[in-house]
Amino acid sequence: MSLVSIRSLTRIFDVSKPWLNRLIERKPKALLTAVSDVSFEIEEKTVYALVGESGSGKSTIGKMLVGLLGPSSGAVEIRGVDLARETDAQKVDDVRADIQMIFQDPFASLNPRWRVRDIIAEPVAARGGETGGLAEKLLEQVGLSARDAGKFPHEFSGGQRQRICIARALASEPKLIVCDEPTSALDVSVQAQVLNLMSDLKDEFGLTYLFISHDLTVVQHMADRIGVLYLGRLVEEASPDALFDDPKHPYTQMLLAAAPQLGAFGRDVPPPTGEIPDPINPPPGCAYNPRCPLATDLCRTERPELREVRDARVACHFAE
Amino acid sequence: MTTPILSIRDLTVDIPTRHGILRPVSGVSYDIAAGEILGVVGESGAGKSMAGNAVIGLLNPPAHISAGEIHLNGKRIDHLQRDQMRRLRGKEIGMVFQDPLTSLNPLLKIGDQLTETMLAHLDITAQEARKRAIAALEEVGIPGAAERVDSYPHEFSGGMRQRVVIALALCAEPSLVIADEPTTALDVSVQAQIIALLKKLCRERGTAVMLITHDMGVIAEAADRVAVMYAGKLVELGPVRDVLTTPLHPYTDGLMGSTPLASRGKDRLHQIPGAMPRLDALPQGCAFHPRCPKAQDQCRHDPAPRIEDGAGRAACFFPLAREEVA
Repeated sequence: MSLVSIRSLTRIFDVSKPWLNRLIERKPKALLTAVSDVSFEIEEKTVYALVGESGSGKSTIGKMLVGLLGPSSGAVEIRGVDLARETDAQKVDDVRADIQMIFQDPFASLNPRWRVRDIIAEPVAARGGETGGLAEKLLEQVGLSARDAGKFPHEFSGGQRQRICIARALASEPKLIVCDEPTSALDVSVQAQVLNLMSDLKDEFGLTYLFISHDLTVVQHMADRIGVLYLGRLVEEASPDALFDDPKHPYTQMLLAAAPQLGAFGRDVPPPTGEIPDPINPPPGCAYNPRCPLATDLCRTERPELREVRDARVACHFAE
Repeated sequence: MTTPILSIRDLTVDIPTRHGILRPVSGVSYDIAAGEILGVVGESGAGKSMAGNAVIGLLNPPAHISAGEIHLNGKRIDHLQRDQMRRLRGKEIGMVFQDPLTSLNPLLKIGDQLTETMLAHLDITAQEARKRAIAALEEVGIPGAAERVDSYPHEFSGGMRQRVVIALALCAEPSLVIADEPTTALDVSVQAQIIALLKKLCRERGTAVMLITHDMGVIAEAADRVAVMYAGKLVELGPVRDVLTTPLHPYTDGLMGSTPLASRGKDRLHQIPGAMPRLDALPQGCAFHPRCPKAQDQCRHDPAPRIEDGAGRAACFFPLAREEVA
């Protein structure tokens, strides 16, 4: 059984103006569909990566997975327990203890007034666990020194802070860690250190990652399975090899062609056209149809279902 | 050889503080020719933006140029008075910053911002300026430019705003554009559009571009030559293909190795141990030696050799040996 199973997950945000403004201006309610009917599974001890541009809903899915947001419809099941609907508090609590999160900005996600020791031990202390020597042990595991436990976050560089965040995430011995752009704020050489550390810890502790990123090369390096999101919809899901060698959805193809490549000196390909449409008024049919070179009338009216195409799952009428 | 548009010689920037003088840029020299894109790469704190700001005279006091010379079109510009520099800025040097939202005035229509710049620097009438503003917006690929000229910045998306900023930087037809991380805040597909636009415009107009970025991929695609900076110093300078495929300086090599690449698959990334030294604790000798796999006694004591223009590509006593450096 897979560790995480996400079924028809949808999240709608109400971004309307206050009701008085709506009344005076005679405007209808504005609803933003951030995540729309997304389904996928994460196997235990693998890395599942979500990629997409800004506004594609990747962070919203991450937040729903850890329970920071509730789904509008659909379900997130972790070890068979639906966190939003399960009534047995004990079961929910058990599952919750198995999930941790690492955020993008290591400057904003550490309390500046707490010592590193307290920050790292908090997930355990909050549950009344034994915290003696825990922070010191974890600091050494993430490549810092046990003496750093008495310091404050401002005494560390960005890469070191992200290591502290990782140590905190490991403290409660979770099974699943949701990593939301964990290296986007870091320099390349520091990013390499953090990615290597995350791979090592995964093997050592048997962790499962949901890895959220906009950077295709990082995703390709880390992931066992990749889901590509566009405007809140899963448009393609495949293994890294299949996705990068043989992208099947036109959006994935565009994304791969647009990504800067180290070997492409003075490359002069026509850049992609258009931009992500307004998520409040998404185009009917396939969300990608206004930018798609293959689009036909079918694409403008009917939303493609995610279907198996050879070694991938693709939501495109014409993928084969 | 013709005179380069921009010529920097031994540029040094100092910041006096209570605890001594910090030197974010130290003895940097490079040229940019007409129609050339020079990529300046380095990690945060390497001094790449500081060097760019020094060229356009936007150093925040107490930071100041303490040594070296900057020549633009053969004219020395590093010691100009404030008002002389202001006339130069916008007219001779255009600037594109990272965040397009903060580089536009939110209270002015974009057309007014464009015409204001042109009226300040060019000898034209208001009607002519407006006509040119629309043409400039068309040139950077804004659909419906004639109507959009009367829109406010918040009515544009991030990518479109960055196009407006580029139009603004180019509207007075400067000979040099400094683009400081112009695509870092943008999505991949929009980034590709902006890079293509920058390349096209500078090819057509013969504008020299200083492209400051931390993204090696962007450099590979856009730049003709690349300057790699580390701890305020220039460590490698050369044609982009040579520097990226056969780096001579161990730092450039480490930087390339730590970039995830398709061809490397899932092998461990090469990592450079440690972190860049702080400016108030620069090591003696070559600044890179504590992290360098090839460091020897000489590196720990003697300051690293400098890249004199034209001669030598890497500022290193023991550049990596390559069978063939084309």
